[in-house]
Amino acid sequence: MSTPLLSISDLSILLPDGADRRHAVAEVAMKLHAGETVCIVGESGSGKSLTARAIMGLLPAPHVRVGSGVIDFGGEDLTKVDYERLRNIRGSEISMIFQEPMTALNPVMTIGDQIDEIFRFHVSMPPEERQKRALGLLEDVNLPDPPRIMAAYPHELSGGQRQRSMIAMALALGPKILIADEPTTALDVTTQAQILQLIKDMQRRLGTGVLFITHDFGVVADIADRVIVMQEGLIVESGKSTQVLNKPKHKYTKSLIAAIPRLKPRKARKRSKEVVVETSALHKSFGGGRSFFGFGKNAHAIDAVSDVNIELRKGETLGVVGESGSGKSTLARCIIRLIDSDTGMVKLNGVDITSLKRNEMRQHRKFIQMVFQDPFASLNPRSKVGDIISQGPMLQGIEKTKAHQRARELLDVVGLDSKAFDRFPHEFSGGQRQRIGIARALALDPDILVADEPVSALDVSIQAQILGLLDQIRKEMDLSMLFITHDLRVAAQVCDFVAVMQKGHVVEVGATNKLFTQPQHEYTKSLLEAVPGKDWHFA
Amino acid sequence: MAEFWTRYRRNRAAVLGLGILFTILFMAATAHLFYPEDPFRLVGRPLSGPFENGFLLGSDSLGRDVASGIVHGAKTSLLIGLIATLVSIFIGIFFGAFAGYFGGRVDDLLMRITEIFQTIPSFIFAILLVAIMKPSIFSIVIAIAVVSWPGVARLVRGEFLSLKNREFVQACHTIGMSDLRVMLREILPNCLSPIIVIGSLMVATAILIESGLAFLGLGDPNIMSWGFQIGAGRTMLRSAWWVCTFPGIAILITVLAINLIGEGLNDALNPRLKERQ
Repeated sequence: MSTPLLSISDLSILLPDGADRRHAVAEVAMKLHAGETVCIVGESGSGKSLTARAIMGLLPAPHVRVGSGVIDFGGEDLTKVDYERLRNIRGSEISMIFQEPMTALNPVMTIGDQIDEIFRFHVSMPPEERQKRALGLLEDVNLPDPPRIMAAYPHELSGGQRQRSMIAMALALGPKILIADEPTTALDVTTQAQILQLIKDMQRRLGTGVLFITHDFGVVADIADRVIVMQEGLIVESGKSTQVLNKPKHKYTKSLIAAIPRLKPRKARKRSKEVVVETSALHKSFGGGRSFFGFGKNAHAIDAVSDVNIELRKGETLGVVGESGSGKSTLARCIIRLIDSDTGMVKLNGVDITSLKRNEMRQHRKFIQMVFQDPFASLNPRSKVGDIISQGPMLQGIEKTKAHQRARELLDVVGLDSKAFDRFPHEFSGGQRQRIGIARALALDPDILVADEPVSALDVSIQAQILGLLDQIRKEMDLSMLFITHDLRVAAQVCDFVAVMQKGHVVEVGATNKLFTQPQHEYTKSLLEAVPGKDWHFA
Repeated sequence: MAEFWTRYRRNRAAVLGLGILFTILFMAATAHLFYPEDPFRLVGRPLSGPFENGFLLGSDSLGRDVASGIVHGAKTSLLIGLIATLVSIFIGIFFGAFAGYFGGRVDDLLMRITEIFQTIPSFIFAILLVAIMKPSIFSIVIAIAVVSWPGVARLVRGEFLSLKNREFVQACHTIGMSDLRVMLREILPNCLSPIIVIGSLMVATAILIESGLAFLGLGDPNIMSWGFQIGAGRTMLRSAWWVCTFPGIAILITVLAINLIGEGLNDALNPRLKERQ
């Protein structure tokens, strides 16, 4: 085999004193060859991003620094080279793309200027030549109408277009190595599939070595040649992608792979006749600009939800899937009446709640409760967990001691120690917080649970636990559930019926197994086509 | 609390500020022990310099003790600064919370009112208010509060705007909590840190405004204050420099100390700055 482009041996990165562990990463060794894609997978806090940053010399110094080890790049040790040399290497020989292209791009410079900057810093050529090269790059990454993109500011582009521009910039000087740190995590699945394809194409053409950081095994299955699995700063397994994915050796790898939701729809269950939630011709639009004192018409209104008719029957789980901006969260908030819909009806146990006044609505609140997406934003940081859970019943007139008693029981139901009662939310991890959020939703003994992306902010192993918990309480408490998600794997696992949303419309509704095997609408087909790792049938 | 103090202590200037403020508080609290006499009383030869005729910091044109005026004036300055700030924070929270929480027309209306107050130069407005109401401690506190609440209202409105869309607030709506309770119990505690910081800085501004008013002769005529002392001595600045200078230094040090404390509170309460060196 040829000499590797990059070879890391015995790398350790020190954390500041007082951190929960001494090393961010320890004893990391790996090699990257030209034209090869190496994926580093791991859950949050596994040290995968810091490893990548160490290569670029981008560790958040002075708190976090390299302790020992060698990063050998073409005979130079990147942990030893001086700052000037490192700056030369960055961008021209090793370049990097980040998770969130909006924050990685300078918002007050046009894309053209930002690409131009790279050429100006690293090579000398006349302006016209630089202009031509920049246009060529944008064409290479398949951006439509490159001259327009050149003149555009980052906020004028879509997420996918921004990430393409980032890739164009990263590849501007033909680097030998491209480091991609979760480059598709913030993107929709269809866009993600395109970006992954683009990275693969560019790599084939330029022979770049790609170091790809991700938490998603589906992405790994799609793109990796070799895989490195990290856990708490240590490499626990590495090898050829086919081997690691299909015959994992380490028990951590096995548990991670086992936690990934299968893309196999769950078995259909008997359907109840009782409809608990029903929307008819539901419509909600958001205004654009508002004029002085609120007079005059809304400038450019966007239909977030338009003409939606869905029904949820007793005991079943209805999934609402779609990409960002499809209106699925707005729909959920209209149904639970966190926002008022414009026209149409939402019937809750046969009562139209859209026409109720705010105080009349309060009596109906206990029937329908919500689990939120972000476990860090959904709990008041200044309230104790016990108060958070028991305040719902207390507002409904249940006395304090009883409400507290119930809160302790619920903590037990969601798998938390009852000691959690007197603690504050920040003392808990993301998964535990989500359990607290679920306990709060259950405190009012609702008939219907609306779950808005309840697992999308969680690591895959925690995700599996929370999904299991939701399924268990749905069964035990005979709940009906409206489940909002962008992840078709999750939808396949938990939903009996699935509604697919696109630009505010429900384009297709069907039983999960039917929708997954015989999608009717073009959009559903493209979503299913884009699921990362769909061809990978793991054991 | 212990954690808060550790973070606060990291800013040495802030600890110094706190030390100075405690000294001034001590001075104000023990004023009647060291200078039991009325600071307005004529106690010796007029225009004695510092350390002359038994005066620590000299006497003014009528023979009043400058040092006595400073320790008694500290009470006035701190009291007015504190009360005026509390009143203006109260008004500011009221306007800001309703505007931010309800948005729409309510927001438009309340913010236009706020802007009317912001467009009038604050010191001139304060002079006008005191002149209309007759100078007294009460009218001075009202005047300072009226000119300084718009800043608080803007800040609180911004906090409420961003917090009201947080998921924990939405969760309170789904359990049927009333709006007032959401505002007071859920949102307000989460925006206390910036309010405390802006409040500490406002105390300093209030002291400056009070001194300014007293300098112009609009202070409460029955109460000794630093501004009054400077006003009384300004015509003799060249012949008897000490009459103006020492009260001036007192104002400078107090305002500086409070600003340092404000800075320190900001560092300690703002979690994003926790890691700052």
